[in-house]
Amino acid sequence: MTSGTSSPLLSIRDLRVTTSNGFPILHDVSFDVEAGSIVALVGESGSGKTVAARASMRLLPKAIKPTSGEILFQGRDVLTMSEAEIRKVRGAEIGMVFQEPMVSLNPALTIGAQLVEGLRLHEKIGVEAALERASEMLARVKIPDPAACLSAYPHQFSGGMRQRIMLASVMLLRPKLLIADEPTTALDTLTQREVMEIMVDLTRTFGTAVLLITHNLGLVAQYAKKVIVLERGKLIETGSVEDVLHRPKEQYTRTLIDALPKRDHDRKPLAAAAPLIEARDVEVTFSGAGNMFSTAEKKLAVRGVSLGVQPGEVVAVVGGSGSGKTTLGRAMLGLLPLSGGDVLFRDRSMASADKVAARDFRLQCQLVFQDPYSSLDPRQTIFDIVAEPLKHGPKLGRAEKTERVKEMLNEVGLSGLSERYPHALSGGQRQRVAIARAVIRNPAFVVADEPVSALDMTIQKQVLDLFRRLQENHGFACLFISHDLGAVSRVADRIVVMQQGLIVEQGSTGDVLDNPQHDYTRALLEATPTLGIAA
Amino acid sequence: MIRQPANMLIGSALLIFIGGMALTAMVWTPYDPAAIKLISRLKPPSAQFWLGTDEFGRDVVSRLMAGAVQSMTVATLTVAFAIIVGTIAGLVAGYTRGTVDRILMVFSDALLAFPGTLLALGLMVISGPNKYGIILALGIAFTPSVLRVVRASVLSAREREYIEASRVIGNSEFATMFHHVLPNCTAPIVVLATSMFGWVVLAESGLSFLGLGVPPPAPTWGNMLSAARTYIERAPWLGLAPGICISLTLLGINLLGDALRDRFDPRMEQK
Repeated sequence: MTSGTSSPLLSIRDLRVTTSNGFPILHDVSFDVEAGSIVALVGESGSGKTVAARASMRLLPKAIKPTSGEILFQGRDVLTMSEAEIRKVRGAEIGMVFQEPMVSLNPALTIGAQLVEGLRLHEKIGVEAALERASEMLARVKIPDPAACLSAYPHQFSGGMRQRIMLASVMLLRPKLLIADEPTTALDTLTQREVMEIMVDLTRTFGTAVLLITHNLGLVAQYAKKVIVLERGKLIETGSVEDVLHRPKEQYTRTLIDALPKRDHDRKPLAAAAPLIEARDVEVTFSGAGNMFSTAEKKLAVRGVSLGVQPGEVVAVVGGSGSGKTTLGRAMLGLLPLSGGDVLFRDRSMASADKVAARDFRLQCQLVFQDPYSSLDPRQTIFDIVAEPLKHGPKLGRAEKTERVKEMLNEVGLSGLSERYPHALSGGQRQRVAIARAVIRNPAFVVADEPVSALDMTIQKQVLDLFRRLQENHGFACLFISHDLGAVSRVADRIVVMQQGLIVEQGSTGDVLDNPQHDYTRALLEATPTLGIAA
Repeated sequence: MIRQPANMLIGSALLIFIGGMALTAMVWTPYDPAAIKLISRLKPPSAQFWLGTDEFGRDVVSRLMAGAVQSMTVATLTVAFAIIVGTIAGLVAGYTRGTVDRILMVFSDALLAFPGTLLALGLMVISGPNKYGIILALGIAFTPSVLRVVRASVLSAREREYIEASRVIGNSEFATMFHHVLPNCTAPIVVLATSMFGWVVLAESGLSFLGLGVPPPAPTWGNMLSAARTYIERAPWLGLAPGICISLTLLGINLLGDALRDRFDPRMEQK
């Protein structure tokens, strides 16, 4: 345990980082990380938080260079160290956990080989002893069967497990500083909490300081002591979590805080009406990957779910990864074959619908995807993407069509970008395009599959507000799929909680959030980070 | 910044030059490319014969020009055949998966099991040595590799969400395949087409060498190259001339191919 060290562990002084053509990324940023403490580095995408962290391990890409200032780690300047010296610091003294657990482990090597590699690089230790230590560490991050895990490959584990393994591999060297770059952004709420708890617990035991990079102020409030707010490479505010989050001095910090999901009760309750679309005992099975000699085990993803959505109603389906919520959404749109039950649209069975009825149904439904980076065709302009749905349905003249697309782009706040290609847009702008594409044909029913979970908090808020405004203007019914109860509370009339392919609880948004009945709902609610639970 | 237009410029200049040569040859050549004149055999380059003469006293410049017509038609039509058939088959195989895919893959794997030239050779025996026989034979021999490449990129493209988005919009499978999958697979196709052009010119010369190519006396760059082999020490210009022509054509095609690929990829714009 560390105590009473007078100089900070990591001290960044007036750090200025620029690209090779002189464009500044960090403007004279200074902050300290004290030994054994948890410090959060907060900002939106592009604020330079990752650059600052990577600079302290000297892991910046070639095109980006620190031009002035110093990074003192235990009193020595990282920027002036020799290659050999910095290699001794990396891993052994400063460890790093990345955002994407799916790609940060090498898929071709066993977990054991990857854990031992780092250990043997920095310490004189035999393979046997190293494996022993690795196995101990895996037990510490609560991997069920550490011995078996050592000989397994990364693809055999879920995202949350991989992130824990990643954490184990980094903590194995007992670094003095752990840089965690959005370690839980790619995980669902429950897994996020689990990984954070383990990380905090482990680093506390080893006296490791944590530099937590995140855009999620809820996490900051829950786990960090000190917070540093960055905006476009400038240090905006720094101080204790209490001060910054509850008494923010700067406007930008306030914007970030406002972006945290909050309940508002201004949605008018809908009069009871016949459901527009209704799932009746819907079952979906996946037949997994079999091989030539055996049929694979069948897996029930949705196990008899009944759910109705009224015209103009927003129903949120909430649950962790693997709860079957996405599968349910796709099955209701007819994108996946049902293995049991039926979907009724305007009281007509879709399971037994003929081609004409199925097409009519298809044209009245739309889907908004989670990942705005892969849901837009990179070879189409924004105009073409938004105009494409108009090819089907009532025929429009060219001028009318252009007019309609312009209107739509205006409505989602993207006028003037119609000739751009998706790669030139930010994540939030792309999601607006995806929403415009879904809404332009005035659908009766929209499934939104985690539409904001890939976005920054502030952008999430903007997109959610836009979504709600469009929903109110156009009056479509919506199935809003999310793992985040916070986001859901902004838009939903009704919440349906799913776990392992079954509905475990449903009710109006207020009832479910204020008075959850099922344990799983309570666990989800508890895991949702808010400022309220400040440490 | 400078590379991009330079590629385009040099590439098209080279191809215009070669194409111009072929077009001119269709109406005029300095001498008759097939006229044998044994008095002036194996003459080195001079004012009379710019690139010298071959073992039968035929003017190399005239033969190069006439050869350009043959080589260009064979190469272009073969590549076009392989790319069109291979792309359509690859698109269908990759997009539909299932039985169609399996049948197409069995065929293409069987074809790939033979060395390309050997396969073409076998097919040539059936069709007999003529220009269209070569095109068909080489085309069939090169199709499976196109099919493989296209299928692989279709397999990755079809998993992207915009493909599902296109279906949700109400587009037919056919429209989805041609408007969303195909355009996102063009980069490897362009690269493959440009490099295939070179292989075809060489394969054609190999077949000509074995007496199965374009039948003599009609000149092609390939049979000029193989004929020159015998005289490589006494008359090096005989091999150099068609060799340089082949290289320049390939260079031109590759440069233009790269430039076009980048040009049509919206993601490259800002770089």
